[in-house]
Amino acid sequence: MGVNHPQRPPADGAADDAARIEIKGLTKRYLTPKGETFTAIRDVTVTVEPGQFCSIVGPTGCGKSTTLAQVSGLEKPSAGSVKVGSHIVDGITSGVSYMFQADALFPWKTVLGNVMMGPVLVGTPKREATALARDWLRRVGLAGFEDRYPHQLSGGMRKRVAMAAALINNPRILLMDEPFGALDVQTKAIMQNELLKLWEELRPSVLFITHDLDEAVALSDRVVIMTSSPGSVKDVFDVDLPRPRGNVQEIRHEERFLDLQGRIWESLKDEVTRAYQRTAGAAA
Amino acid sequence: MTAVAQSNSRNGNKEQALEVKAPAKNAHGRRTMWIWVGRAVLAIAVVGGWQWFTEEGWVDKFFFGQPSMIWDSLVKLFTEGTAFGTIWENLWVTVQEAFYGFLLGTLVGVVLGILLGSNRYLSAVIGPYIRIVNSIPRIVLGSIFIVAFGLGVFPKVLLAAVLVFFVVFFNAFQGVREVDQNLVANVRVLGASPLQVATHVTIPSAMTWIIASLHTAFGFAIIGALVAEVLGAQKGIGLIISQAQGTFDPNTVFACMVIIAVITLAAEYLISLLEHSLLKWRPPNRSEAQAI
Repeated sequence: MGVNHPQRPPADGAADDAARIEIKGLTKRYLTPKGETFTAIRDVTVTVEPGQFCSIVGPTGCGKSTTLAQVSGLEKPSAGSVKVGSHIVDGITSGVSYMFQADALFPWKTVLGNVMMGPVLVGTPKREATALARDWLRRVGLAGFEDRYPHQLSGGMRKRVAMAAALINNPRILLMDEPFGALDVQTKAIMQNELLKLWEELRPSVLFITHDLDEAVALSDRVVIMTSSPGSVKDVFDVDLPRPRGNVQEIRHEERFLDLQGRIWESLKDEVTRAYQRTAGAAA
Repeated sequence: MTAVAQSNSRNGNKEQALEVKAPAKNAHGRRTMWIWVGRAVLAIAVVGGWQWFTEEGWVDKFFFGQPSMIWDSLVKLFTEGTAFGTIWENLWVTVQEAFYGFLLGTLVGVVLGILLGSNRYLSAVIGPYIRIVNSIPRIVLGSIFIVAFGLGVFPKVLLAAVLVFFVVFFNAFQGVREVDQNLVANVRVLGASPLQVATHVTIPSAMTWIIASLHTAFGFAIIGALVAEVLGAQKGIGLIISQAQGTFDPNTVFACMVIIAVITLAAEYLISLLEHSLLKWRPPNRSEAQAI
């Protein structure tokens, strides 16, 4: 399509290191407490182009989160490799931010303190970090809430704080593990629009895990369907809906969207049924 | 028209709010009053009953003391002092011992608890020994400390610290284990060093557990100091107790208990203040708000 990505502002020296994510033959096995090996993901190969928004969709327990953990460098792959930019991931990948379903906010820090964590951890002087955090709180619409504690905020507001905290360091890569999974439908739509807006400004590469196919299609450039245990890539769909996407609630009614959504659902359906039968069988 | 309707409804709301508020306040006041009445009745029944039973001779006041005589010996302790100097001197010694023991025990407990909690190898190596030491009757260590370090303040501090240590240690250890792994993953991805993970995540998160243990820990510090003094000392409330025991004077023993109880309550209050200032980020606990 020849999309001309807007130039990313420099981020802490790592700016020109293009954040292409290449996952090649990635396999991760765990040792269960009983001493058996359990293969969470097998031979996963996915490529995320710099500045691309890529969603991973799959049935419960198909190793989506495991894949993210390997990309972030929190865990080491059993086989295969993850390459970020020109570096093979070994240890914590620099320039990555994580967003979880449970908002990983520090309950003992104020909203400002939470957002400041990113810059503080990379050694930004406190005054600059504070100014930056205030600016980010304004951008996510939380100016005036700086001194609140997380438990004093609503679920949607906590998500905004988590989003500001994840984006403040201007990450090359944003890893999102069902970030909006626990939100109600209306709040979810608002947060999706908010995320798209911020992403279009910063253009990090995004790996976005979700169960919600609509969400995946509405937000992404690429949707990866995973099979269940052991997780592996079943299909990859490129979503060529024009950007900026605008309101995610309206895009859902467009014909192109419905067409794509239908095709992807065809692929996902079998997996979901299979995974369900297996867990139902195990439960019986 | 609408403005009038609005102002009407607003007035209505205000009246309604007042109507609801006033009875609620009254109900609250009545409830508090009855609680205090109940407390007073309970105290009078227990202390009065004690006084009555011993007065009538159903319970021997020679062994079990008598409230009025306990009061007399309290007055005597504060006016005439003891064989070992004024009560203030002795109290000061005991409080100091308990306080230093509390500090030492807490410090070592927190440091070791966090260290072992965050290091699997260390906890695997040292864990069993801590459990073994925990299972021995530690109060007996007092005898050894006194033989080894004499009758001064140091062995008392040591015994108090040993008792405090285990309470604080186990809580700090558990607190570190309960840290939200999402938070740890989050700061690690953001580039935190192990030290930063400890200062930003592990320690603040374990703080809830540690502070909860401090309430119990101060009680143990006092027990440690007192027992060590009973075992052998030149000054202190424990020595007064031990001497009163030798002269068959239960009233003085009870008087000393009253004094120590006041000290412990005061310390408890200070710890609560510390708790409130350190844990002000916590959501108000419903049961906490309504209890007592």
